Amino acid sequence: MHAALLEIADDCLVLGHRLSEWCGHAPMLEEDLALPNMALDLIGTARGLYEHAGALEGKGRGENELAYFRGEREFVNCLLVERPNGDFAQTMLRQLYFAAFMEPYWRAATASADPVVAGIAGKAVKEVAYHIRHAGEWVIRLGDGTGESARRMRAAVAALHRYTGELFESSPAAGAAEAAGVLPKRAECRGEWDRVIGMVFAEAGLEAPAVSHMQTGGRQGIHGEALGHLLAEMQSLARAHPGAEW
Amino acid sequence: MSDLARRAWAVAAAVPDPEIPVVTLEDLGILRGVEEEGGTAVVRLSPTYSGCPATAAIELSVAEALAGAGIAARIERVLTPAWTTDWITAEGREKLRAYGIAPPVAGGKASLFGEGPDVPCPRCGSVATERVSEFGSTPCKAHWRCTACGEPFDYFKCI
Repeated sequence: MHAALLEIADDCLVLGHRLSEWCGHAPMLEEDLALPNMALDLIGTARGLYEHAGALEGKGRGENELAYFRGEREFVNCLLVERPNGDFAQTMLRQLYFAAFMEPYWRAATASADPVVAGIAGKAVKEVAYHIRHAGEWVIRLGDGTGESARRMRAAVAALHRYTGELFESSPAAGAAEAAGVLPKRAECRGEWDRVIGMVFAEAGLEAPAVSHMQTGGRQGIHGEALGHLLAEMQSLARAHPGAEW
Repeated sequence: MSDLARRAWAVAAAVPDPEIPVVTLEDLGILRGVEEEGGTAVVRLSPTYSGCPATAAIELSVAEALAGAGIAARIERVLTPAWTTDWITAEGREKLRAYGIAPPVAGGKASLFGEGPDVPCPRCGSVATERVSEFGSTPCKAHWRCTACGEPFDYFKCI
């Protein structure tokens, strides 16, 4: 069961770290606050999931071991969340794609057979609703904005849409957790995701491209080059000073 | 409730929030229960936001306050049911307003792209206010401004 929880925990940690990279670099003060706030929500969710996954695994690994002392091939996040921030349009679209999946996912997970998962879901579902709204409003503003902002939003869709198919795929580990009623079926989040993305794209004047081949592999630990660089930065301090507390 | 649990409740209830010291943990509704287990007070606290950095600080403050009162205690973190801003007491809401933070407005929970709530300005009471940003200086607050008196203010957002 812990392997399935790690997939979601890794999604939240990696995306949370990506958002934290904007801290001090956002285009305006409000976004400089908003992006790290969302990062905190995601990292907070990841911490609860790691703690629980470590306890279920029973090998004495806690949140620090799981976050800082696993290599690239051991991370099982989906490819979407590790994509580089790119420009603001790409960051916001990536957030919308992920949040629009997690909202129905967490909502269903509040009925999990595992009370710890249900508790984590009960908090996360309320937070992710804010993420959808924030990212959705930006996608509409940029897509329906100036010629330049619309061009960048379309480029973001062209770059990221191919990573959305993996959100709905269940690995063998996730499939077992779904069968046990611990985690929701990912494929069943598709309808709500389509509805939200369709609504935002219609207002933003964007079109979802027909993608002949969706990129997958993250759940098997097969990642793009981007994840290694992210982990190198995120893990370097903990690895240089193993066991340090502050 | 045993005498020990009652005393522990009184001590924990009075601990101020580290970020918004005008409200206590009881005002915020995050003190969920105190029970006695063989001479130890088990104090159950609920976090506000998943990643709120104050969660650990609050638990530490409660442990210190109880130790200071000579009460052996253990802190337990409770996730279910999830804390909601509906649990902020009437007194807590008034303290927030007097401090300059607009308390959460009933029915203000995030509806996807729906109209936002009318948030009265904590300074002048006008509802001629507008949202500047959904995310403010802490995870629980949004940034608003009043167009009547010109004051920018924090709004304790609903979850």
